[in-house]
Amino acid sequence: MSSYQAPATTEKVVTTSSPAPVRWSLSTRAISVLTMVTLLAAWWLVTAFNWIEPLFLPPPSAVLEKAWLLMTKGYMDSTLWQHLGASLQRIGLALGIAVLTAIPIGIAIGTNRIARGIFDPLIEFYRPIPPLAYLPLIVIWCGIGEFSKVLLIYLAIFAPIAISTATGVRTVDPAKLRAAQSLGATRWQLIRHVILPSALPDILTGVRIGLGVGWSTLVAAELIAATSGLGFMVQSAAQFLVTDVVVLGILVIALIAFAMEMGLRALQRKLVPWHGQTH
Amino acid sequence: MALLQLERISAQYPGAAEPVLSDISLSLGPQQLLVALGPSGSGKTSLLNLIAGFVEPSAGRITLDGVPVKGPSAERGVVFQDDALLPWQDVLANVAFGLELAGAAREPREAKAREMLALVDLAGFDKRRIWQLSGGQKQRVGLARALAADPRVLLMDEPFGALDAFTREQMQELLLQVWRRTAKPVFLITHDIEEAVFLATDLILLAPNPGQIVEHLQLDFGQRYSAGESARAIKSDPRFIETREHVLARVFSQRNALREERA
Repeated sequence: MSSYQAPATTEKVVTTSSPAPVRWSLSTRAISVLTMVTLLAAWWLVTAFNWIEPLFLPPPSAVLEKAWLLMTKGYMDSTLWQHLGASLQRIGLALGIAVLTAIPIGIAIGTNRIARGIFDPLIEFYRPIPPLAYLPLIVIWCGIGEFSKVLLIYLAIFAPIAISTATGVRTVDPAKLRAAQSLGATRWQLIRHVILPSALPDILTGVRIGLGVGWSTLVAAELIAATSGLGFMVQSAAQFLVTDVVVLGILVIALIAFAMEMGLRALQRKLVPWHGQTH
Repeated sequence: MALLQLERISAQYPGAAEPVLSDISLSLGPQQLLVALGPSGSGKTSLLNLIAGFVEPSAGRITLDGVPVKGPSAERGVVFQDDALLPWQDVLANVAFGLELAGAAREPREAKAREMLALVDLAGFDKRRIWQLSGGQKQRVGLARALAADPRVLLMDEPFGALDAFTREQMQELLLQVWRRTAKPVFLITHDIEEAVFLATDLILLAPNPGQIVEHLQLDFGQRYSAGESARAIKSDPRFIETREHVLARVFSQRNALREERA
């Protein structure tokens, strides 16, 4: 009798406890939204009552107005879209070249002893250096044009992608490799059908990290040496104490970073649905 | 004529004092299901890895149809203990993988893969993802994948070792059915005595330190299953139990002999 009742009680426990985590995850998100709303309200409050000079912190309405102005008329000869476009073009170009070069090199490092011997010390040498530390040297060598900025961001993105690709390649399940070999796979087929897909989750993580580093490097580089781009817009506005443009620029930079992170997470879910599945 | 031939094979890991396998000779031909049984450390897996071509013997020679074995090849299909399937492909693509590697066109390779899935009772599972399968289903996909490449011999590395007892029974019966219908010579390793006695036409018993063959039995329980007798009836047959206990005693006597030798 008691043994018959046991499943019934566990079932009861399950039904009562299962909605609880759902409610929790909802409220976590709600808390986040509430935090943002509170922050905005505080911003509005301190500016509406003039507790802080608009020079230091312009009200949200002024920033929004400025945003409209920047989108239609522009600042420093270019609209917000042009600044944004300049920044996105640089990081897009750098990312594209980084993906095309870092993934093959990462695979080479992970599969070939000689390639590892060549590239490992090079990458480990320059990776810990903050990109802004070698920006002056790049400017001396390559001038102040687009090329230097793209090269700088490229270098910043390259290392994380190459390193995580190599890690992904090295941690491929040896049983999968053997299985493919005993089905007749050649070396190239092993890379194409087993190693590359196995390493894909790590590669995408590398791209995510690289894009984060690349974006901050880009904005910082534009602060120093540029005539367009979001970083340049913020920097030149700061020189004339146009605080609303500075605040707006920072918000746009944050939004883009957030959007890239979310986009890559979505891409990861779509491309590697097996990742994290117990199998 | 024997298909697969091992002549005086020894194997040693680099830097190890003692060989893992010493002086192994055996042959595997048509209509044979050879089971290598032994405790851990007896070199079962090493033996399979040698035949598969994953490692090379330190002495002796392995031939398939008279041709020396060199490296892994599609002639020797392998089913692994942990399925080793590719989770980024669906079930059908996994089974067709060997044919894809060989350059077969999509239509014929998928037709062949469907045929193999039907053979292992997984018809209609084409589009399933690997992580949606149970352990037994994964092993069936692994078996179908190995068979789809049409190997000369099938090597199975403790294929049912990670399965629960019920699924294992079903898989043993399925293997016998598949073996009978495809007529592939099978080399299977296991540490499950009942499984070995039930499946084997030829049973070799391996003893450790170094791995060597201490007994070679010819059995017919698998054939009796193929002839229509039920698996449970065979496994509770006094002759089956007697054979099982005999093998068990051999394993233990080997172990005791070893212990005395060391003492």
